[in-house]
Amino acid sequence: PPAVGAAYAIKRADANRAVVCYFGEGAASEGDAHAGFNFAATLECPIVFFCRNNGYAISTPTAEQYRGDGIAARGPGYGLLSIRVDGNDVFAVYNATREARRRAVAENQPFLIEAMTYRIGHHSTSDDSSAYRSVDEVNYWDKQDHPISRLRLYLGRRGWWDEQQEQAWRKSSRKMVLEAFEQAEREPKPPPHLLFSDVYLEMPPRLRRQQEELERHLETYGEHYPLQQFQK
Amino acid sequence: LQQRRGLRLSAPAAIQVTVRDALNQALDEELERDERVFLLGEEVAQYDGAYKISRGLWKKYGDKRIIDTPISEMGFAGIAVGAAMVWLRPVCEFMTFNFSMQAIDQVINSAAKSCYMSGGSISVPIVFRGPNGAAAGVAAQHSQCFAAWYGHCPGLKVVSPWSSEDAKGLLKASIRDDNPVVMLESELLYGVPFEMSEQAQSKDFVVPIGKAKIERQGTHVTLVAHSRPVGHCMEAATVLSKEGVECEVINLRTIRPMDIEAVEASVVKTNHLVTVEGGWPQFGVGAEICARIMEGPAFNYLDAPAVRVTGADVPMPYAKILEDNSLPQVKDIVFAVKKALNI
Repeated sequence: PPAVGAAYAIKRADANRAVVCYFGEGAASEGDAHAGFNFAATLECPIVFFCRNNGYAISTPTAEQYRGDGIAARGPGYGLLSIRVDGNDVFAVYNATREARRRAVAENQPFLIEAMTYRIGHHSTSDDSSAYRSVDEVNYWDKQDHPISRLRLYLGRRGWWDEQQEQAWRKSSRKMVLEAFEQAEREPKPPPHLLFSDVYLEMPPRLRRQQEELERHLETYGEHYPLQQFQK
Repeated sequence: LQQRRGLRLSAPAAIQVTVRDALNQALDEELERDERVFLLGEEVAQYDGAYKISRGLWKKYGDKRIIDTPISEMGFAGIAVGAAMVWLRPVCEFMTFNFSMQAIDQVINSAAKSCYMSGGSISVPIVFRGPNGAAAGVAAQHSQCFAAWYGHCPGLKVVSPWSSEDAKGLLKASIRDDNPVVMLESELLYGVPFEMSEQAQSKDFVVPIGKAKIERQGTHVTLVAHSRPVGHCMEAATVLSKEGVECEVINLRTIRPMDIEAVEASVVKTNHLVTVEGGWPQFGVGAEICARIMEGPAFNYLDAPAVRVTGADVPMPYAKILEDNSLPQVKDIVFAVKKALNI
């Protein structure tokens, strides 16, 4: 719903822009997904709903998430123009998104794109997906239908990329990332007085008093704290 | 000649205005003043509002500024938050705050926390408003007070008006505030007329958020309340005055940030404290006031423990006799004062 509200505000401003809202097939089961789709249609908002259907919501496979025909099939029920694309095909996704955005802005109406793909990794660092799916299944997608591999093969066959460029690019990327890490690690941490800001747009008196108390404390006892690791 | 009543040529002084009309005026004035302000909710447009607060506004401002929504609080509250994040200043009406529970994720997670989570980049200048607490005969699911629930959350401001001046001034202040504000009105107060000063009738009259008001000066005991119970405290004060007990009545006006300094200053003077609220006792507004008094300088001036008068700790009953006795009445406040003063 907030995405739809933002799109509504953009329409009110005649801004010629659209909102794109990314979500998974699991999130589409939430009650407010229904509200969001319905309001986008009734309020005629320039929004592209992009569903990444990757087969799992943590451990819940799509067979347990829904019994209907995925997310794209729900769109027409709300009056949303909908399309299902191969989520592992870079060009299909790009073209569908570009066209949906163009029309959303031009016609002030919402679009729904469902991109079918597969989650190769675990849901998060605290998940071990071998507990609920077979390694063979993961390997199939990793080897046979991986979006980056498919693009790599396509570029290779067109003669736009080769193994030499691949190795050189990997090497320079790695160097770029590690340098950025080192640079970031050298940066001092944010200043302590920022602990109190941004709860409200203006700092309330109670928090300001606490901030001043910390300042006074650090003036007296600062030597006991690793202040050199922090910005002033 | 002195007996003749001549034409009054000066502007009218104080007039009687109902809380409903005060809110209507506030909305009208703020809609006119700032094109970014708009009202959305169920029945707010053609029906003139479920409680007629938005009477005449759809006719005057049209579909773009007064929007009727489908029955989905989580939907329209979310829409309003999204719109507020971009450039608009929505007033989101809940038919009662009981229904805000359907949308509470949007109020807390999408609205209240966004400024902090974005390091100050995202502001959500939204007002959630509607009737809160008890009405008459609407039973358990339609009578809950949410002052403690919303007052709990950093990032939200929470106001609770009593009089027409409070209602108009606080709604205008809330709309002009760039932070998310929850305004807890009272259905039972909508039809009640209050005197409204000339100053309060002006288009720029604003009641500052975070400042309580001393409705009645007193010396023997401090009564602190918000919303409708303020009226009960004033009545109790009249009753007690006949017995020689002078109550100081504080109308909190704002739940968060709470003007505890006003309560402290009063307790330093009277040495006795009674809090009054319609909500349940556990973790309520009175509990917070007592905790803060204990933590501050006023504790040393208390001659007796503070006493809380609250709603009964039950879901609101339907039977009238039970409902009447589940809310603080004047006699309960009088009893509590006498208990605090040991008389």
